[in-house]
Amino acid sequence: MSLLDIRNLSVRFGDTNAIPVVDGLDLSVQAGEVLAIVGESGSGKSVTMMALMGLIDAPGIVTADSLQFDGTDMLRLKGRQRRHIVGKDLSMVFQDPMTALNPSYTVGFQIEEVLRQHLGLKGQAARQRALQLLERVEIPAAASRLDAYPHQLSGGMSQRVAIAMAIAAEPKLLIADEPTTALDVTIQAQIMELLLDLQREQNMGLVLITHDLAVVAETANRVCVMYAGQAVELGQVPALFDAPTHPYSEALIKAIPEHSLGATRLSTLPGIVPGRYDRPAGCLLSPRCPYAQAHCRDQRPSLDAHERGAARCFYPLNLTAEVA
Amino acid sequence: MLSFIARRLGLLIPTFFGITLLTFALIRMIPGDPVEVMMGERRVDPQMHAEAMERLGLNKPLYAQYIDYISQLARGDLGESLRTRTPVWDEFTTLFPATLELTLAALLFAGSLGLIAGVIAALKRGSLFDHGVMGISLAGYSMPIFWWGLLLIMCFSVWLGWTPVSGRIDLLYDIPPVTGFMLIDTLLSDEQGAFADALHHLILPAIVLGTIPLAVIARMTRSAMLEVLREDYIRTARAKGLSPARVVFVHGLRNALIPVLTVFGLQIGALLAGAVLTETIFSWPGIGKWLIESIGARDYPVVQNGILLIACLVILVNFVVDILYGLANPRIRHQK
Repeated sequence: MSLLDIRNLSVRFGDTNAIPVVDGLDLSVQAGEVLAIVGESGSGKSVTMMALMGLIDAPGIVTADSLQFDGTDMLRLKGRQRRHIVGKDLSMVFQDPMTALNPSYTVGFQIEEVLRQHLGLKGQAARQRALQLLERVEIPAAASRLDAYPHQLSGGMSQRVAIAMAIAAEPKLLIADEPTTALDVTIQAQIMELLLDLQREQNMGLVLITHDLAVVAETANRVCVMYAGQAVELGQVPALFDAPTHPYSEALIKAIPEHSLGATRLSTLPGIVPGRYDRPAGCLLSPRCPYAQAHCRDQRPSLDAHERGAARCFYPLNLTAEVA
Repeated sequence: MLSFIARRLGLLIPTFFGITLLTFALIRMIPGDPVEVMMGERRVDPQMHAEAMERLGLNKPLYAQYIDYISQLARGDLGESLRTRTPVWDEFTTLFPATLELTLAALLFAGSLGLIAGVIAALKRGSLFDHGVMGISLAGYSMPIFWWGLLLIMCFSVWLGWTPVSGRIDLLYDIPPVTGFMLIDTLLSDEQGAFADALHHLILPAIVLGTIPLAVIARMTRSAMLEVLREDYIRTARAKGLSPARVVFVHGLRNALIPVLTVFGLQIGALLAGAVLTETIFSWPGIGKWLIESIGARDYPVVQNGILLIACLVILVNFVVDILYGLANPRIRHQK
């Protein structure tokens, strides 16, 4: 059984007729697997994971056939039961570490809070464990950092603290929402390395939400490419990079600057993600897709499995056996 | 932290001189002098008037009077009242506990109710409760204190007869002043029912005096709380699996308190100023009433030094608030 199994997840803001921000998403993560979710801003990557964590507030509406995590349907849990799982077995690291920590409390307090809440550790025991965690996330002079406030730490340090908080109760699944986007390039690699180390060491599942395809290519086992709230392609790494089957995945990969070496212009996909008022009747990518045909503009394709994964396209690319 | 306190203290010196200069000048700008007021405006014998003015040192040029005043202050002498011949300091210390008691009661009322209402309004944003709190607080903020006080007296004292009209305690009781705080003194005395009576007297003035601070604190708490609840660290706290109460109070309110605390400090100044009106309406024997009477009598030493003492108090309170602010906000504390 999968560690995480999301079936037909939709998230809307406003009322049930509103255009969904996440639109019928199916997703699974195995124990110990690294799954990357990629897609441009507004494609619903973060909202999907926020919905799983129960962090979507009114007027947000979350619906799903199931949100199975570790044998529990998160969607049907009451607040208190959910809070026994969230922060313990299922935890999250956010994008901007400089604002993700509470400025009024010391680093030690904020880590110990998790230990107290989920493991019942108190006093010296909690402090000792917090110190070990800071050492584990490779913070130099960890003992003195316990009493530091977030504003005394650099961005990289703060993200290490946030990671320490997230792994404090040894989660089974860690969600990292663009954990390196707000950091210096030199620090990004270190933080990714740390996350992957921890993932291997504790054999936890890791969902990596990112823009950075280079990171995905190096770290993930599997990729889910999202566009306008839908999964448009699921595939293994590196197969998906060598031969993407969805035109959007292909465009994303082409847009990596290194792939445009020698060219006078970087490769881009013209147009923007459809919004509320210009949502196409057919395939959501059809206005931007270089391969779109008349059929694509009228009909919505479904996410269909193929030999290397799945693609939401009537005319998938790079397949040996032609479909349709 | 120490340099933070030292810098704050350094700022006090110019403030102090500014206040002495202002009160000194302002009281002298009011037409009429103490001698005239004492003798009655008509038929002042010019010679007697000149003699009295000379005796009081009021015939010297203004700059000389100011230097006299400052050198007197430097010796720690606050002078004595022209009317009662009692040292200003003695009058002040006798009356001040009454004002302090009223101010603290008003602050307790405004602070507790304002925080609770503000937090609930922020949590239930857009609800009927939220709109109600905001509407009422806007009305409260715009209310002229003297009118509001009279209105409450009409309603609760005259029509309903629930509270007494004026004073600190019923004349039936003879309470020996020990601390100067009526609530404490009545508890210390053996008189039956005196405490309840003192409390009854305190309620209405405290509500009147606390109305504006209540409105300000409720609105400030609401907006600070709304801002804080949108912060990323609140999301982090929720992602930790903490209870909603802990998220709101430990992670939210703690940060929202920082701006509220500033407003709280400023309101204490406003409270002491508001006490002048409230005390007059309720015949509350405190500093405010004392100052109003002294201004009427052009009692220069009392007005100058009474206002100076109150100003020092406001400065002191704001100083304490600044320190609390530093304690509440580690980013301030660590500033070099």
